Amino acid sequence: MTAIVNVSLKAGVLDSQGKAVHHALDSLNFEGVEDVRIGKQIVLQLAETDKDKAMTEVTKMCEEILANTVIEDYKIELI
Amino acid sequence: MKVTILQFPGTNCEYDTQHAFEQLGATCEIIWHKSESIPSDTNLLVVAGGFSYGDYLRSGAIAKFSPVMKAVTTYANKGGKVLGICNGFQVLTEAGLLPGALKRNDGLHFISKHHTLKVENNDNTFLKKLNNGDVVNIPIAHHDGNYFIDEAGLADLEKNNQILLRYTDEKGNLQNPNGSVSSIAGICNKDKNVFGLMPHPERAMESILGSDDGVKMLEGFLAS
Repeated sequence: MTAIVNVSLKAGVLDSQGKAVHHALDSLNFEGVEDVRIGKQIVLQLAETDKDKAMTEVTKMCEEILANTVIEDYKIELI
Repeated sequence: MKVTILQFPGTNCEYDTQHAFEQLGATCEIIWHKSESIPSDTNLLVVAGGFSYGDYLRSGAIAKFSPVMKAVTTYANKGGKVLGICNGFQVLTEAGLLPGALKRNDGLHFISKHHTLKVENNDNTFLKKLNNGDVVNIPIAHHDGNYFIDEAGLADLEKNNQILLRYTDEKGNLQNPNGSVSSIAGICNKDKNVFGLMPHPERAMESILGSDDGVKMLEGFLAS
């Protein structure tokens, strides 16, 4: 099973990179972009075949190391 | 006075830190992160600056799982004094020994320059040789020095006099180089035995090299 983890700064925590890219998009005349948030994607190949167990395990990984929950949120997708 | 300095793969300020504390008369020992204990005669434990584990994932994120960190946490919880400088500050926040987190600088650039800082609270071991309101000149060198804490956390820091230093201009007016919440450059825990700051006092030990304001800071740990 593959777990795709997306980690990004929480809403309300200023994303300086997102802001810089937003500014660049404006400069390039791409109109209508209201906000840009930049995160990172971590792709895990898991031996586990049970989705619930995998979700529990990956959530634990996110809480312990993959995300810093003081400033970051994470989303897990299993495929 | 025995100062124990942690060394992770990628730490690069351990020898500067050793040099600075030896200049003040302390005995220093650098210990590798695989050590599962810290020397029993340690009076101060320093998590030195650098780029532990190449700053992979997040600055300080992987270092917190090094074998030595369990011993560091035990030492700190027993009231042992711990000082984290720059990457050491990042490691201590990741390890949960200090509140908040360090984010990428708002300007996205690595900043390396001297900066003036104002002493906010000197009722602690670290800054007791300075006065509140003193302005010191200390180098900063970081990419992820943008201190973040939520509003409730900030109120706690204020209430318990945990804010040690703020970035200011030479007159002590706030001047924020990296976007830190409330211009914070350094904090301590509630019990005032764990200290963290982004600036490098160990690089400000001789006026011929730009500033010796770090002397009074580090001396706080040596004076009884």
